[in-house]
Amino acid sequence: MTSIVKSIIGSFQGFPIDPFLLAVLAILVPGIIIFLIMAVNALIAVYFERKVSAFMQDRLGPMEVGIFGFKGGKRFWGGIGQTFADAIKLLSKEDIIPNDADKFLMMMAPFIIFTGAFLTFIGLPISDSLVISNFNIGIFYIIAMSSVGVIGIILAGWSSNNKWSLYGAMRAAAQMISYEIPIALSLILVVLVSGHLDIHGIVQWQADNRWFILHSPFAALGFIIYFVSVVAETNRTPFDIPEAESELVAGWMTEYSGFRWALFFLSEYANMLIVAFVASIVFLGGWLSPFQLIDLPFIDILPESWLILDGTVFGIFWMFVKAIILIFCMMWFRWTFPRLRVDQLMYVCWKIFIPFALANVILISIWELIF
Amino acid sequence: MDTTLDKSIVNIDEMVLNMGPQHPSTHGVLRLKIHTDGEVVSKIEPVIGYLHRCFEKHCENLSYEQIVPFADRCDYLASMHMDHAYSIAVEKLLDIELPERVEYIRVIVAELQRIASHLVAIGTFGLDVGAITPFTWTIRDRERVLDLFEALCGARLLYNYIWPGGVSHDLSPKFIQRTQEFLDYFETQIFEYNELLTGNKIFIERTADVGVMPADVGMNFGVTGPSLRGSGVDYDLRKTEPYSIYNKFDFNVPVGEGKMGTVGDCWDRYWVRMVEMEESIKIIRQAMASLPDGDVHAAMPKKIRPTKGNVYSRYESARGDVGIYIQSNGKNIPLRLKMRSPAFCNLSVLGEIGEGWMISDVITILGSLDIVLGEIDR
Amino acid sequence: MGSKQIFEVISSIKGVDLNLESEFISVSSVSLLEVAEKFKNDTTLDFDFLMCITALDDGNSKIFTVVYNFHSNKNNHSIEVRVSITDGEDVPSLAGIWKTADWHEREAYDMMGINFSGHPELKRILLPEDWEGFPLRKNYEVADYYHGVPIPKDKSYWE
Repeated sequence: MTSIVKSIIGSFQGFPIDPFLLAVLAILVPGIIIFLIMAVNALIAVYFERKVSAFMQDRLGPMEVGIFGFKGGKRFWGGIGQTFADAIKLLSKEDIIPNDADKFLMMMAPFIIFTGAFLTFIGLPISDSLVISNFNIGIFYIIAMSSVGVIGIILAGWSSNNKWSLYGAMRAAAQMISYEIPIALSLILVVLVSGHLDIHGIVQWQADNRWFILHSPFAALGFIIYFVSVVAETNRTPFDIPEAESELVAGWMTEYSGFRWALFFLSEYANMLIVAFVASIVFLGGWLSPFQLIDLPFIDILPESWLILDGTVFGIFWMFVKAIILIFCMMWFRWTFPRLRVDQLMYVCWKIFIPFALANVILISIWELIF
Repeated sequence: MDTTLDKSIVNIDEMVLNMGPQHPSTHGVLRLKIHTDGEVVSKIEPVIGYLHRCFEKHCENLSYEQIVPFADRCDYLASMHMDHAYSIAVEKLLDIELPERVEYIRVIVAELQRIASHLVAIGTFGLDVGAITPFTWTIRDRERVLDLFEALCGARLLYNYIWPGGVSHDLSPKFIQRTQEFLDYFETQIFEYNELLTGNKIFIERTADVGVMPADVGMNFGVTGPSLRGSGVDYDLRKTEPYSIYNKFDFNVPVGEGKMGTVGDCWDRYWVRMVEMEESIKIIRQAMASLPDGDVHAAMPKKIRPTKGNVYSRYESARGDVGIYIQSNGKNIPLRLKMRSPAFCNLSVLGEIGEGWMISDVITILGSLDIVLGEIDR
Repeated sequence: MGSKQIFEVISSIKGVDLNLESEFISVSSVSLLEVAEKFKNDTTLDFDFLMCITALDDGNSKIFTVVYNFHSNKNNHSIEVRVSITDGEDVPSLAGIWKTADWHEREAYDMMGINFSGHPELKRILLPEDWEGFPLRKNYEVADYYHGVPIPKDKSYWE
């Protein structure tokens, strides 16, 4: 699996180009691609969330704003231009910084969170041969880069000079750091079983055997622990104590407006996409088609790639389908469940998830030995 | 869970947090001064008066008929109850006999108002705890009750409907049928609320065993209504001292039993409100079944001029015990009118039962007490 | 229990009197605390609710009446107690016996200017702390300015 960076460098091999310019190009092009992915994802995910939440609450959601003259029907595609309008509004808003706030830290905080999400995309493949940079420590790199965002949240809460923001930031720090442990322990399961750290190897193992979630009951338990922990990691309800709307107004984001707030939002939805991608890669087979699992009798007659819908292009399709289903589940949780209190949150992490995750690691090794 | 800190070992500075008059979760303009040690609250001091509109001073310049719209605006979420309480107090002074039809209409309307007010209480309680969907559902169902009221007297929130001596308009011909349809629809909705919120494990963890109010503490602070019934005290004015025609109806008074936690926790107070809505449906059905005919304006006095004297009359509104004290000196304007609002005393217990909990719990407890700042500040 | 039987339990205390037609007991301010303690602790009376404290100005701001309404949940009876005082006289506070009295007495002080001795923290509750005057008195005159904002006395503005 070649990476985009390598392919850019490779395609210019014959030309007499200054190596410095080549390096800049190899950095800029993937950077723009990732930024586009994050921006488009935020636009679509916000619209999706507003419509999903509206239908669950027996109302309609955005209906008025159309785009380029297309207004949409009664039930779907109603207010499809809504997020574009919101983005334009946010970009043109006045940048308010409270008087006593720490100016430099306040400006830095959104960029740090953005950087965390950005860096994670570098090692995340979308299909068979589409990745920005092919790390041989794939999973490890992703877990590490997801942790960068915590610093940004603490800085945001602290520098706002607002007691409520400080509360939100402290809660967020405790929560995000604690829940990284069950996440790491659940991802270790697939590394143990498949023997690969890099993502291509993991998906190849799933192609040769079966999807990891079907490997053993412990792997399924690992998936459940992983999924609930990432809901906590991305600060979504029922774990959205840091931005608990009814208690702390907007928690650590209270004092932010305009473009900086848009960056926070962008990063939150980018984080959701990243964890959904990682879940589908590690547990649900990544870019493999689900038809591969089913043993249809006439698959041997027809050419393989025609019926199981496999390959590079379809790989992108399957990745996104799995990610969208998981994101839909995360949104479903948000509008159904009330919020857990801070100490209950910590209790769930340290006294329920971590023991189960540790037990999982041991038991799945035993399973591997036996079967 | 024991959340108190051992002060001899750990030295933490106290922080005074201000949940200001503008906050998404204080139900109105209420200011809470919270002294905290980290996340644990050591002292809560409610500061009220931001919605004071001089109701009692106004009443000293208005005639008895003119006071009814002002009484509406005290507790704007249950204004039929305010009208009814005031009308009963004035009728005690005037000592008049009301036609049966008026009493039945008043009971139907008061119980519908109780359903509407409890829907708001339950919805906003869910919102405080973090569940956003039940709020939209309860408000949607409350809209149906408000539609019924709009067909009845033209107003959705502040009715000016129950006057001393009768009611302002008679029921329209389709009112009974529309109310029947609403009640049939609403019973299925209560089932949905129980599915979504009441049995939800996270909701139970947030509210059970939180903010326990022992019965004697509640009575000492003057707490009444569903908040007191959640602590196991069987005190409902409709049963202990029946006013109007409540002694003719067969209904139960739900009392908190500590089903999910301790007796008197937030879950019990919420549960009492859920069951009270079902009981109100029973009362409305019985009242509509035996509604007599008559003229609703028959007993309305042309001019209200009560004899000299004082009266204190009590009424069970959605929040508790409304007391109206009227001092009349024989003129058509009261000399003094005092409204004892239930939320006033319910809020005063927050300082007592909120200590030792975390900030998230303070909001849960405040939501379970179901206060309306309009009647606290008057 | 009717008001007559309730009165018999406390008739031994000085300064109490029963008014049978209007069904209230009038108590002098010095013996109020004793009467209140009897109400709370006596098992036949057992008044566990202090429902309402009303302050009346019926003597043109020279004489005030403070009305207490008690209710017993166990025995299901109620009684009204009235204390008549002159301007400037203190009334003992019942906040030590029923915590309801805490906020109700603050409101009576705020609106009528009646001073309750022994109250833990007697300060204004509904009006801002620096308001001048006691609004529900009959001789109340609104000040001209509050924090620099003029308060119009000319009612033709809105009538």
